[in-house]
Amino acid sequence: MSLSLVSPLLRRVLQFKMCRRKMQSWNNMSCTLWRHRWMKRMPVFKAMSTHTDKENIDLSKFPAHRIRNFCIIAHIDHGKSTLADRLLEMTGAIAKTEKNKQVLDKLQVERERGITVKAQTASLFYSHQGEQYLLNLIDTPGHVDFSYEVSRSISACQGVLLIVDANQGIQAQTVANFYLAFEAQLAIIPVINKIDLKNADPERVESQIEKVFDIPREECIRISAKLGTNVENILQAVVNRIPPPVASIDDPFKALVFDSNFDHYRGVVANIAVFGGRVKKGDRIVSAYLGKTYEVNELGLLRPDEHPTQKLFAGQVGYIIAGMKDVKEAQIGDTLYLQEQPVEALPGFKPAKAMVFAGMYPMDQSEYQGLRSAIERLTLNDSSVTVQRDSSLALGAGWRLGFLGLLHMEVFNQRLEQEYNASVIVTAPTVPYKAVFSSAKLIKEHGSEEITIVNPAHFPDRSVVSEYLEPMVLGTILAPDSYTGKIMSLCLNRRAVQKNMVYIDDQRVMMKYLFPLNEIVVDFYDLLKSLSSGYASFDYENAGYQAADLIKMDILLNGRRVEELTMIVHRDSAYSTGKAMCERLKDSIPRQMFEIAVQAAIGSKVIARETIKAFRKNVLAKCYGGDITRKMKLLKKQAEGKKKMRLIGSVEVPKDAFINVLKRKDK
Amino acid sequence: MIRHACLTVRRVLSVGLRCFSHVSTGEIIEDEFEWTHLSRQASLYVHWPYCLRRCSYCNFNKYISRQSNEHIMTECLQKETESLLQLSQVSSITSVFFGGGTPSLAHPSTIAAVLETVSRQANLSDQAEVTLEVNPTPVGMSKLEDYCRAGVNRFSIGVQSLQDEDLNILGRDHSSHQALQTIEEARRLCPGRVSVDVMFGRPKQSVESWEDELSELLRVCDDHVSLYQLTLERGTQLFKQVQGGQVTVPAEDVTAEMYQCARRTLDQHGFLQYEVSNFARHNAVSHHNMSYWKGRQYIGVGPGAHGRFVPLGDGGVTREARTQTLEPDVWIREVQQRGHGTRRKIQLSHLELLEEVLVMGMRMSEGISHKHWELFSPQLGLCEVFGTSTEVQELLQSGRLILDDRGLRCSWDGLALLDSMLPALLVELERQICQQLQKDCHVDAKKKTSNPR
Repeated sequence: MSLSLVSPLLRRVLQFKMCRRKMQSWNNMSCTLWRHRWMKRMPVFKAMSTHTDKENIDLSKFPAHRIRNFCIIAHIDHGKSTLADRLLEMTGAIAKTEKNKQVLDKLQVERERGITVKAQTASLFYSHQGEQYLLNLIDTPGHVDFSYEVSRSISACQGVLLIVDANQGIQAQTVANFYLAFEAQLAIIPVINKIDLKNADPERVESQIEKVFDIPREECIRISAKLGTNVENILQAVVNRIPPPVASIDDPFKALVFDSNFDHYRGVVANIAVFGGRVKKGDRIVSAYLGKTYEVNELGLLRPDEHPTQKLFAGQVGYIIAGMKDVKEAQIGDTLYLQEQPVEALPGFKPAKAMVFAGMYPMDQSEYQGLRSAIERLTLNDSSVTVQRDSSLALGAGWRLGFLGLLHMEVFNQRLEQEYNASVIVTAPTVPYKAVFSSAKLIKEHGSEEITIVNPAHFPDRSVVSEYLEPMVLGTILAPDSYTGKIMSLCLNRRAVQKNMVYIDDQRVMMKYLFPLNEIVVDFYDLLKSLSSGYASFDYENAGYQAADLIKMDILLNGRRVEELTMIVHRDSAYSTGKAMCERLKDSIPRQMFEIAVQAAIGSKVIARETIKAFRKNVLAKCYGGDITRKMKLLKKQAEGKKKMRLIGSVEVPKDAFINVLKRKDK
Repeated sequence: MIRHACLTVRRVLSVGLRCFSHVSTGEIIEDEFEWTHLSRQASLYVHWPYCLRRCSYCNFNKYISRQSNEHIMTECLQKETESLLQLSQVSSITSVFFGGGTPSLAHPSTIAAVLETVSRQANLSDQAEVTLEVNPTPVGMSKLEDYCRAGVNRFSIGVQSLQDEDLNILGRDHSSHQALQTIEEARRLCPGRVSVDVMFGRPKQSVESWEDELSELLRVCDDHVSLYQLTLERGTQLFKQVQGGQVTVPAEDVTAEMYQCARRTLDQHGFLQYEVSNFARHNAVSHHNMSYWKGRQYIGVGPGAHGRFVPLGDGGVTREARTQTLEPDVWIREVQQRGHGTRRKIQLSHLELLEEVLVMGMRMSEGISHKHWELFSPQLGLCEVFGTSTEVQELLQSGRLILDDRGLRCSWDGLALLDSMLPALLVELERQICQQLQKDCHVDAKKKTSNPR
């Protein structure tokens, strides 16, 4: 395989890594490095001693034509991980037991949500017609938020298993994943899973596949991963239908770093795909990116635990440890070669760009340090999360974090809470806007024609800007056709433009819309799910920037601007957003002794207003029989609360009010 | 914790300083006298925990008695009165209040017995106000005369409403007619010393109907009126009904209007509002309640009763907040076993004491005079505490709060908003007291280092 095939993809190929640290806490199952899941069940030394026994595999017996590199892609819950479990069992990589459930999904969040966040690799040995094959299964995340992971995995593969649920049929992420594989020109093997289900309708799914993906129905393999039905056929198809990697053992050594993990004791563990030649323990290798030289200390296969070998050969996939001390040294997309045989570097990957931003603040400022170290640890291996310090007068010191997408953000939050037990206030997500300067002078001042605006405080005035740009996404929605009307009006309300609408069978419709990203970041998915009784699926991919009529909206309390509530909105949605903000504030600011005007304003023009009426009476009658303890307690609590109030002019705003207004609405 | 410790230090310190000044100025001597005077007298609250039925709005400590145990109850009330009076070492009881529950269910002999006990232990002047809460039922009314003979000289009648339908919703066991009769009888027995309790903000009540009701009441009432706004308390039947939407209560703005309208009407009829919810003409104020608001000592007797006094008998020097055991049966057992049923006692720090003085004092129309404040805070005057805060300044400027040579008080408008102003005052009080404390500690530390003995 040549990387040029992948290059259209590289635009979206992003660096991402969910944290796999916390090696030191062996007892913490959920966040331990996945590779050490089995190892950690035994003492460390024992695990190391077994290495010698395993080094018997002679990888030179597996020339490129006996290697297949493939991954599995699927919509959430269509059975990708279950199929992976079966493949591991059938090839003897793991013992066949009842307990093998989502073996490759190690994170608590992965198991709870039934999603894969982190791509993983397992090398399988498989005999087919008297020949031993080395099948490298590269498990992938199911969601397009993590498509950088998918893309990276794909760059090391020649084929994919596209799993579709026999009951649910093609879903939004099936489509998104299909196109990733299709654009990479990989061999695609459609697999219809869950045929054992009562309502399974494999014929219908086959015709959907034929219609949407233009793959003949005869190519579909019907299986039940749960029961193991027909799974053997998949292994045969992998050998027969996926081409071997194009790589020659006679070329100089050349390998792509497609993933890396950080191990506290051994340093960086890089996952590599060998594109040419061979590499062995003791070789001196060079990172093309940094030009630094390293000595190979250990290398081997992932089965899926680390299995050291003497060498790795062209076409194979494995891991390498070469004394890199910092994750930054193992740049994803970097090319490795032998010191004495320099080669031309592979194209590499572009770094990930954060598309959704949210403020994160500790519930209480005393928890700041704790939260800081939790965020640091979670982001250590995840360069796709951008972290900027931020502070809000209402919420105190915190951070503005950038994520690749909504799921990425949710997964991050969930891990922060579950794995680090951190309680955080997460503000409603915003998206990065851009402004194009109109004068040469300003361009010179800023050093570029365009600036990206993450913080509304930095929003440049209309007068110095030739246009504002907002990020767009191409959304795919699949739903039964009875919901089409409702979905269309929802999309229309979100300023979406319909690009395409296809019946994938006689009941299900696939719609494509171009959305402003900011219209889907908060509650779009929830609304879509509820108006379609849960039947619609949604996915999106980034679709660049478009000019947009953006304005800065201020929120005023009795005429005073509340800095932390300033936001950038599209002119068309200014009124509804402003009104909603005013209403939420009205409900969360307690009445005071004077009237409070809550206003949304654009420049000096007020576009929405709510009034919080003054208290006319606030005194409790009667202290029964001298029982003033309760009353004192209440008043003391109010007095304590008063110290924590944010004062806007003379209006006291409790922190809760900001949290209510700024926080993402609970699902 | 540290602050608490500091405050204790301050208490000790201030006592020391007072003694120190004792020699030099006569003024302080008078304060010293008043201070000791304060701890030598108290008012007495006696709680009768039983009711015949549960009012739909009431979450107070009351029990529907299944069997008559009045004999035991009487003994225990006497016993506890005796124990606590001894503990407090007060020489005189300035007023007695029988509250509940429904104390008018108690036999007049019970009331007499408790009063006799008081008289045996401390000085209870003939002039001392002795109030009994009365449910205006025929049975209650029939006993009024006997209560007077027992020593009661003031009645507080729980009229609540003059609308029979409303009385029904509230779960009261009397009619408006019975209420009017009871008022009449009480006035006959204790002219000028009858108070009526009325409630506003009741389900379905309007400002107009409230005005009419108040006028009707003013035609029959004596010289004292207490106005209470119905508060929905969690756990009551009414709370559930309102939550469930079967019953609606007037909105906040409507009850505010009812309150203001009642204040105006009562004023027009010569009733002076001397406290947030109390109105009197011909100076018929409730002395018992006044002593709460003035921060004086009170002893609480009976299940769930509260008290505030210095337990001198135990060698205590600081005022304690005391709560008696809630459940009558348990309370009875405790009194029988150890003479009293005090479940909880908490020493009030200097700051806590001042906080109570402030919160209670500001409920009075006259507010807190400089002299009144100085009694509790000889070192830090009202002006020093509240004079510098910008927020207090704003309240003064808005005309809702007044700080002048009389003292600190709410204006007529301000009184209705007291609970919005108190947090600001409490914040300032705490800040000033803590500052003073630090200064004192500093001076004290200096003294120690410069004068080693």
